[in-house]
Amino acid sequence: MEGLAYLTGFILVAGIATFVTRALPFWIFRKQEQHPLLQYLGRYLPPVMMVLLLIYASGDLPRSWGSLIALILVALVQWYGRNALLSIFLGTLAYILLS
Amino acid sequence: MSQLSAVRYSIPVLFGYLPLGIAFGVLFVSELEYPWYFATAMGAFIFAGSAQFLSVGLIANQASLFEVSVAILLLNARHIFYGISLVTELKLSGLKRWYLIFALTDETYSLITSLPEPTRNSQQIYWKLAALNQFYWVSGCTLGALMGAGLAIPSTGLEFVLPALFMVLCVEQYRYNPVPSLMLAAAGIAVFSMWLWVDQMLILSIGLALSLLLITYRGRQWKD
Repeated sequence: MEGLAYLTGFILVAGIATFVTRALPFWIFRKQEQHPLLQYLGRYLPPVMMVLLLIYASGDLPRSWGSLIALILVALVQWYGRNALLSIFLGTLAYILLS
Repeated sequence: MSQLSAVRYSIPVLFGYLPLGIAFGVLFVSELEYPWYFATAMGAFIFAGSAQFLSVGLIANQASLFEVSVAILLLNARHIFYGISLVTELKLSGLKRWYLIFALTDETYSLITSLPEPTRNSQQIYWKLAALNQFYWVSGCTLGALMGAGLAIPSTGLEFVLPALFMVLCVEQYRYNPVPSLMLAAAGIAVFSMWLWVDQMLILSIGLALSLLLITYRGRQWKD
């Protein structure tokens, strides 16, 4: 039973810690929503984060031409086709075939 | 209609979260001697991929709850920047607002900030996307824990789905907010950070990129 109490406490603490990292800005900046710096970051952080997450997530892929070509294919199909499922499907297919 | 489009936008996350959640569930029951439904509870109450994987190690070592809070705060520190970039934008209120904030994973943040304008006008889709993504994640954690150890996960190709999703979202960001010089600078920072300190690549690169944005604040509009 002691083990279950520990795990329950653990989940509570880990859940609260995760929530704090997600909610902190909404508490701190509640009164400054129109601050120009926050509007600036609201505009430019998302494209930056997307590039960082793309490269971070791609770090788990094998460093190969196949991975690179498949990623470029995803970008091209998405740019012209505007269909996320199709882009991801074709890219994954190319990734499987090339690896 | 908007339910349908929420499902459509979230499908790539389904293909990413389900296998990842299953991997977590399998790890949880093979490393720890706890009932399967605690894996479900972790997906429901923590809902953070990397933090949950780290948690398995922390639980195995019976880490003190103080250590746990410090480790998770540091690991998830990047989420602070998602919040900062949404403070101005987020119009949802009450329960929907706080649920979205609770469920603001990398993937949910990326999806909602890359939605095309007309879809974004009503932010109802934000919390629906978050709920669908969490549903996929909790399902994966539960399935993995139930199927248990000894399960060989057929992983062929699935590891490509999340990188491909982020590539799709990069393209959409570029379409609606074309800032090539900034995105190239971010790519340079990411590669540099990966080379410098691969284990802490994400938080390091966010720190560097944020510094760049703060230095160039006032100086320039990132337009090309």
